[in-house]
Amino acid sequence: MSDTTPNSSGPAKGFLAKHSILERSPTLLLISSLLVVTIGGIVEIAPLFYLENTIEEVDGVRPYSPLELAGRDIYVREGCYVCHSQMIRPMRDEVERYGHYSLAAESMYDHPHQWGSKRTGPDLARVGGKYSDDWHVDHLIKPQSVVPESIMPGYAYLLDTMVDAQMAADVVSTHAFIGVPYTEEMIEIAAADVLAQADPETDLYDDLLERYPGAQIRNFDGEPGVSEMDALIAYMQVLGTMVDFSTFTPDASR
Amino acid sequence: MSSQNKKDIDDVTGIDTTGHSWDGIKELNNPLPRWWLWCFYLTIIWGIGYTIAYPAWPMISGATAGVLGYSTRGEVAEDIAQFEEANAEISAQLASADLTTLSDNPELLRYASSAGAAVFRNNCSQCHGSGAAGFTGYPNLLDDDWLWGGDFDNIEYTIRHGIRNEEDWDARYSVMTAYDEIFTDEEVDATVQYVRQISDQDHDATLAAAGEELFLNNCAACHGDNGMGNYDLGAPNLTDAIWLYGGDEASLEETVRYARFGVMPPWGERLSEAEIKAVTAYVHQLGGGE
Repeated sequence: MSDTTPNSSGPAKGFLAKHSILERSPTLLLISSLLVVTIGGIVEIAPLFYLENTIEEVDGVRPYSPLELAGRDIYVREGCYVCHSQMIRPMRDEVERYGHYSLAAESMYDHPHQWGSKRTGPDLARVGGKYSDDWHVDHLIKPQSVVPESIMPGYAYLLDTMVDAQMAADVVSTHAFIGVPYTEEMIEIAAADVLAQADPETDLYDDLLERYPGAQIRNFDGEPGVSEMDALIAYMQVLGTMVDFSTFTPDASR
Repeated sequence: MSSQNKKDIDDVTGIDTTGHSWDGIKELNNPLPRWWLWCFYLTIIWGIGYTIAYPAWPMISGATAGVLGYSTRGEVAEDIAQFEEANAEISAQLASADLTTLSDNPELLRYASSAGAAVFRNNCSQCHGSGAAGFTGYPNLLDDDWLWGGDFDNIEYTIRHGIRNEEDWDARYSVMTAYDEIFTDEEVDATVQYVRQISDQDHDATLAAAGEELFLNNCAACHGDNGMGNYDLGAPNLTDAIWLYGGDEASLEETVRYARFGVMPPWGERLSEAEIKAVTAYVHQLGGGE
């Protein structure tokens, strides 16, 4: 194959010339592209099959209590994740502002996770305990009443809609079905737990704390009944508070 | 391969063609520019080098660490350590400083004020407002009217432990009685009118006179005989024009009937010693420090 054209290096030679075999056979091209894409897939997806080693073990993370889970559903339903992230990245400015960077274990019972991708509002990964329940109520009714510069819409109607305890219990068993370690007992009593967590005088107080250590049992919205406001605030107040950082040593290689 | 060997030179340019033809128009087989091709090869080499230098390939028990030993966690820890080290001396000085003599040390005062302002904006402004003027139910920190005391020690204690929260056993705590089921409607009205009288607002003098006895018997234990309040109990001064929940008749009636129960979270765990001192100094110098 001699090169006779002055302006060209000529057609591909040797090994590269074999590419034309692929180009000229649609079936072969399809199979080959599939092979190439599979390599990417294996590299990116296969590690997820070994979740035990991608989530480092930390103390304190437990499945959400039924009321917190109901609140989480409201968080998803209202699209809070569109403006709020729940992912403190390992960067100094974020750690200084929001607290310890997020750990994989903190969202291991989130289906789906609420990391979000945009911060029109602040990150909420560690908002638990940062504000009082009253503040959350005032803020959710009318954000501008406490943060005049806020552009967040109000969610006053959460006070008027009551949580359906049976529905919330069904959500618990659905989460158990997809692998969240709720016990049989937790699932059976979930409907009662939903109501109990918003009632500080409940008979289930100690039982509930045993099932969900560190759960906060209060009438979050200060109104009778268990409203969606109670559920959402219960969820807000637990965010980022589960990990026991006193026993946590960061594995620097992660 | 046979087609590869057939040369199909374009007449006009004298360049080889790919042999593809659309409506008699043929595609020239110009080679890729050399600079482009080399850049392409370089990126491939760079990519391979990168995965050797930095954490990249997932293995059975974790990813390859990379020969440079880089980790995002390591970087953020280093980053924070660098600034902590730079401020270590002055932070330690502030953490153990006697705030009452802070003004004698201009350098430390300046550090405390700007650090305190940053801590305030991040943690306190959501309730107390970015200008610290507060909102209904969230105290204004600019005035000299304090619920739990406005000297350095009291401000620091309030910041460290918070008020009426469940997280900190040392939180400041007090409960106002709800008089809805204790007082008759007339008694509620009378008390409200008396409070309006001592706060120098328009009031019904007859009702207020009846309210005085009710006040002395029920409210004075915390708010004081003269209604001036009590720092130890977080009982507000009712004689000034400063209201946390409103001094109008409707707000006062709600307060008397159902009481109030403002909560502030504790910050002792979230903030460092130096940060607590800094924000204490900042709040103290906002205008009303005692």
